[in-house]
Amino acid sequence: MRSRPGSIKSNTGAALADPVLQEALAKLKTGFQAKRKIAAANLPEFDALRDQARDMKRAVLDDLDSYLEIFESKVIEQGGQVHWAETAQDARDIVLAICKKANAKLIAKGKSMISEEIMLNHWLEEHGLEVVETDLGEYIIQLRKEPPSHIIAPAIHLNRKQVASAFKERHKELDGDRPLDEPRALLDEARAILRQKFLAADVGITGANFLVAETGSFVLVTNEGNGDLTQTLPRVHIVLASIEKLVPTLEAASLAVRLLARSATGQEMTSYTTVTTGPKRAGDLDGPDEFHIVLLDNGRTAMMGGPFEDMLRCIRCAACINHCPVYGAIGGHAYASFYCGPMGAVLTPALAGLEDWAEMPDASTFCGRCEQVCPMRIPLPRMMRAWRERAFERAITPAATRFGLGVWGFVARRPWLYRTLVNLGMPLLAMLAGKRGRFAQLPLASGWTKSRDLPAPEGKTFLAQWEAYKKGGQR
Amino acid sequence: MAKEPRVGLFATCLVDAMRPQIGFAAAKLLEDAGCIVEVPPSQTCCGQPAYNNGDRETARALARQVIDAFKEYDYVVVPSGSCAGMIHAHYPALLADDPNYAALALSLASRTYELVSFLVRVLKLERATASYGEAVAYHDSCSGLRELGIKDEPRQLLAGVDGLELRELAGAEECCGFGGTFCVKYPDISTKMVNDKVADIEATGATTILAGDLGCLMNIAGRLKRKGSGVKARHVAEVLAGFVGGPAIGEER
Ligand code: SF4
Repeated sequence: MRSRPGSIKSNTGAALADPVLQEALAKLKTGFQAKRKIAAANLPEFDALRDQARDMKRAVLDDLDSYLEIFESKVIEQGGQVHWAETAQDARDIVLAICKKANAKLIAKGKSMISEEIMLNHWLEEHGLEVVETDLGEYIIQLRKEPPSHIIAPAIHLNRKQVASAFKERHKELDGDRPLDEPRALLDEARAILRQKFLAADVGITGANFLVAETGSFVLVTNEGNGDLTQTLPRVHIVLASIEKLVPTLEAASLAVRLLARSATGQEMTSYTTVTTGPKRAGDLDGPDEFHIVLLDNGRTAMMGGPFEDMLRCIRCAACINHCPVYGAIGGHAYASFYCGPMGAVLTPALAGLEDWAEMPDASTFCGRCEQVCPMRIPLPRMMRAWRERAFERAITPAATRFGLGVWGFVARRPWLYRTLVNLGMPLLAMLAGKRGRFAQLPLASGWTKSRDLPAPEGKTFLAQWEAYKKGGQR
Repeated sequence: MAKEPRVGLFATCLVDAMRPQIGFAAAKLLEDAGCIVEVPPSQTCCGQPAYNNGDRETARALARQVIDAFKEYDYVVVPSGSCAGMIHAHYPALLADDPNYAALALSLASRTYELVSFLVRVLKLERATASYGEAVAYHDSCSGLRELGIKDEPRQLLAGVDGLELRELAGAEECCGFGGTFCVKYPDISTKMVNDKVADIEATGATTILAGDLGCLMNIAGRLKRKGSGVKARHVAEVLAGFVGGPAIGEER
């Protein structure tokens, strides 16, 4: 499930040097962050709703099997089909088989992180199908052959010029000299092209924001309405969803939707919130003939009952990502995983293995803002720390870190040794720094001094001076 | 308060080694407010570097050591939101399954405070008697802000400092990029974060930046100095105690 090569460390330089990306990231503060703050302030019961939503989801997870069974029977009752996929490969096979059976050539796709997780497009294209993303952001990155850089705003790393040149390059059938400077022109062009695709598509694939046990429905929120066209126009509709998307009732779904939109974009509601139950019925004006739900596990059951279970409450609002200073510095692609920021740092190792992904939970200052804004009250720093503890136990933590911690721990656990060393070392360092009071360079501290001076110690340690002072001397 | 509270001052490893005057400023503030201050000599480090890097065993050993050193005091006061947060918010869970220390950890956690919040919340200090004729900005350190809910206390005390003008940072809730070992493990990301913080500080026009954590202050001061900025960095206790005669953090002596 690697979306890009490299590691956070190796990708950081390029991310920091990308002016377009940096400009986009700087806007997070005035955009998503500011809007969430206003939306939360305008809803006095916001924090109470968060508690309710957390408790609701905990109850579902405690009894997930029965809720899934109810959901399955309701879907079947409405004329839909339910498919269980334990692994990513299972899910890919199921989707492909449905498409083949429908003799599909063209697939219209709504935005879905699960499809990124299982790398569905690639698989379908390898088997001769054409897949078109219908969310504008997803469509743009599809043209550019890139993975998303944010879970709700996949093309946030791009500016208008880059989008225009992607359109010029890939929409070869159109006049090469057409003006594409205005956002409106870009929108119109994408809309015209996508409209033909909607009409021609044989199968529509969407994700699901929530699955509702009591009715067998699923809830989809979008701001473009593309999700609705994707699910109503083609003959066959496939919903891809992971098992933890379940909520018990429509009421519970509406609670989650209220939190989702406010936390994500600062909206009270997204432009489109659609509840769909089953395929087209006799007398319905539109809707698909076939309705399939693919329920993906892919490592989620294994998270239950352990230190990472709380992560299964996540509603993918991206508030944690929008407020994460590390994401804000390097953007989503630098993580090399489809899930990025704090939620990705917890989820990716759980789904794809800690061995390859230990760096994600490591790259955090534990500033705690993610937990502060998470509508589902997920203790993200606590879980990142739990990953670090596993990495330490399994000796995945880099040798230099282990060595440094080992030396520090050895000394800090022996107060007499500790005192001897600091009492010797600090005056020496103070002397070395001399009148300047700081170091511009210091061996072994280059990670710090490359960009910052290192303030020097004052001289004698506090404890040594305190002892002298208590004995009546001078400090 | 009926009887003078006996306070164990946990200087933190950074203050002990790098900037003792913060320890003395803390002691002065506590004594002026009527506390008996003691500094247990067996203190070293609260265990945060180990804890945050996944070395749970070392963190537990250091937590026990801190508990042993401080258990007899009425209160433990720390001039650092992050070390106070470590004891207050994390020791109980860290030692929950240790039959000898679980109760002690809970008890110590309930008596441990960051310095400024202790002055305001427990000692009910309303104003400081210091003076400092500068425009200052206050940086909320992440652990103090989010683990201990410290926001108004330093502002309240600073408002009483003679001649001091307090200005708010636009990104007051944003991390400065220090993050303990983060700043050396991911120096480039850390630099970007501290750069933003420094730009934010400069935009206020303040001539001094204050905070309650020496780690953040060393990071911010280090970047300010490298950029050749004249903005000074000081621990909030230094200003409140009137220890402002000497050089600020990282300045020429
Ligand atoms: S972890 Fe919380 S804040 Fe982050 S995406 Fe999930 S629900 Fe939203």
